Amino acid sequence: MPDLQSEIRQFIVESFLFGQDDPGLGNADSLLENGVIDSTGVLELVGFLEERFRIQVADRELVPENLDSVERISTYVRGKLDGAGA
Amino acid sequence: MCGIAGILCPPGERPPPGLLEKMAKILGHRGPDAHGVHADDELGLAHARLSVIDLAGGAQPMHSADGRHSIVFNGEIFNYVELRDDLLARGRRFRTSSDTEVLLESYRSAGPDCVRGLNGQWAFAIWDRAARELFLSRDRPGVRPLFYTIAGGAFLFASEVKALFLHPAVSREIDPRGLDQTFTFWHPIGDRTIFRDIRVLPPGSSMRVRDGRVEVWSHWQPAYAVDGARRSAADWAEEIRALLVDATRLRLRADVPVGAYMSGGLDSSLITALIARFTATPLETFSVTFEEAEYDESRFQDEVVSHLGTVHHRVPCSRRDIAAVFPDVVWHAETPILRTAPAPMFLLSGLVRRHGFKVVLTGEGSDEIFGGYDIFKEAKIRRFWAADPDSPRRPRLLERLYPWMPSIQSLSPAYRQAFFRVRPADLASPFFSHLPRWETTARIKGLLAPDLRAALAGYDAREELLPALPAGFAGWHPFHQAQYLETAGLLPGYILSSQGDRMAMGHSVEGRFPFLDHRVMDLAARIPPRLKMKGLDEKHVLKEAAGDLVPAPVRARPKQPYRAPDARSFLPPPDAAEPPPDYVRDLLSPARLREYGIFAPEAVLKLVQKIGRASDIGVRDDMALVGVLSTQLVAHHFLHHFRGA
Repeated sequence: MPDLQSEIRQFIVESFLFGQDDPGLGNADSLLENGVIDSTGVLELVGFLEERFRIQVADRELVPENLDSVERISTYVRGKLDGAGA
Repeated sequence: MCGIAGILCPPGERPPPGLLEKMAKILGHRGPDAHGVHADDELGLAHARLSVIDLAGGAQPMHSADGRHSIVFNGEIFNYVELRDDLLARGRRFRTSSDTEVLLESYRSAGPDCVRGLNGQWAFAIWDRAARELFLSRDRPGVRPLFYTIAGGAFLFASEVKALFLHPAVSREIDPRGLDQTFTFWHPIGDRTIFRDIRVLPPGSSMRVRDGRVEVWSHWQPAYAVDGARRSAADWAEEIRALLVDATRLRLRADVPVGAYMSGGLDSSLITALIARFTATPLETFSVTFEEAEYDESRFQDEVVSHLGTVHHRVPCSRRDIAAVFPDVVWHAETPILRTAPAPMFLLSGLVRRHGFKVVLTGEGSDEIFGGYDIFKEAKIRRFWAADPDSPRRPRLLERLYPWMPSIQSLSPAYRQAFFRVRPADLASPFFSHLPRWETTARIKGLLAPDLRAALAGYDAREELLPALPAGFAGWHPFHQAQYLETAGLLPGYILSSQGDRMAMGHSVEGRFPFLDHRVMDLAARIPPRLKMKGLDEKHVLKEAAGDLVPAPVRARPKQPYRAPDARSFLPPPDAAEPPPDYVRDLLSPARLREYGIFAPEAVLKLVQKIGRASDIGVRDDMALVGVLSTQLVAHHFLHHFRGA
């Protein structure tokens, strides 16, 4: 899912890193543990996913397992787009 | 309260003509009542006076009767009456009734160790003409400021950096590491400032300058130890109350009327209640009110006013007001700030001054010494949870954190837990309590210009803090470790300076802080953490000490941190009628950002655009915008358009 991953990474970089990519932040790294995302950032991220990919993020899906790294977000979004849920 | 400055040139040289007068003048807001200078061969002293004690006799620079010693002094020695009696009994004679002369004679009697007997807030310099030696000292918690530098072979000192910049040999540049520290801890640490080669004398330190050599040593540090005796909370509370009564009584010593800041919180309400006990005339109190309900505390202020019957004055503060005074705020703060909270304090001191007051007592310091801040609660819960990470009950305590932050409250339980989860390695860190705050803040360094980021590559500000921790720190209770980091760090580095001294003195107002009486601080450092925060009840033992002095609703209210509107003060929402102020647009423009070279223009543009379209602004984006704007103002005021140059 390289395209999806890069698009999500770009959103993260633009929104939370002022457009300055951090090479030290891997796609599998935790956004929380690395201080990339703050509490308002979670809501921003969900807003972006819902609008860009026309998906609905249910409350029960609002967990770090789905959203706490570029890879996890990509996997989650792919699952939603495939209709498999997450 | 005053502004002081001076210069010690190499032997054979003299201070540049006119420098001392210019130094006194640029510090005029700190002391509008009189100016004085004194030159003695290689030495020069300058003083701007705010007359508070011995209005007629306290002029400075002051000299000893034999002409050997000269002093410039900013601050108050509250126990000067007792010290004077003691010195009189030992044969010393006085020509004035000022605390300045008592300080000078104390030094002549006991030398540098005289500061151990002082109860007060001070920054002073004493010239010993015979020894050709300059002695300088700063009070224990760091209420009064003192900066110094060495340039062209001369040693220069001043209450504010702007006076140092008047010497032609002093360069005006940003210190990248000072900036890195500010964008991590909210303030530079140790003796650093935001300016290269400009040093601050750390709180609780003294220094000696002689033959071109500078020697700095600590005369006091907060020392935490749990008292061995199994004393009850009631017992501690009784001692706290007695000491606070005395600390307040001493701080009412002045030859001018004394008022009080009263926010409606526990601390300022308690101080106000204590003053009301000792004041025969109606006490006058002062507060800020906000248009936005989330910042406003008027309801609780009304409770205290009606309970104590004070004559209360309010100054309203809107986002527009904050934006309007912010350039002046940074001129006085002389350092980048990540919050606008100093701006309402600047408006408040203006209100005090308009009502003819020069001196106010406030509740500052209580949250640090009695454990009132959210960061203490957060650290306690996180550590408690980490001790049993699989417990389903322990993480539920996280719901009690930050009740005033909607973005935290709206998080799902899973996300909340993920936010506050403890990384195993962090448990052993001496900075455990503060790592989340520092790491969140440090991300805004991503806005720095590439050159600056390259210069800072590999630098970790925390490694500079580590060796500065006091001996025995590792063995302290974690609650005390967190208290130390606040009391030795943010308190002098931001609260007492950018938000305190500089905002009050900007309108020639002196703040006095009973909670920062060293006897109160030393007592608080011995109180067991379990009584400071009982369960999750912050400042528990202080509430017990306050008893019925403050209205029950004020005692029972949850702690509300003092905050003000941040980024929105400068970048109105898209639907707002008014555009950002001209200076904001100029300083955040790509051209100006490029000219000053501190931030990456494209990164700042992204931040500005994001804030422009956001319905809610996150904590970090708020800090980032205020940090960029205030840094640009520092560059404007001091590097590119310095008024004294």
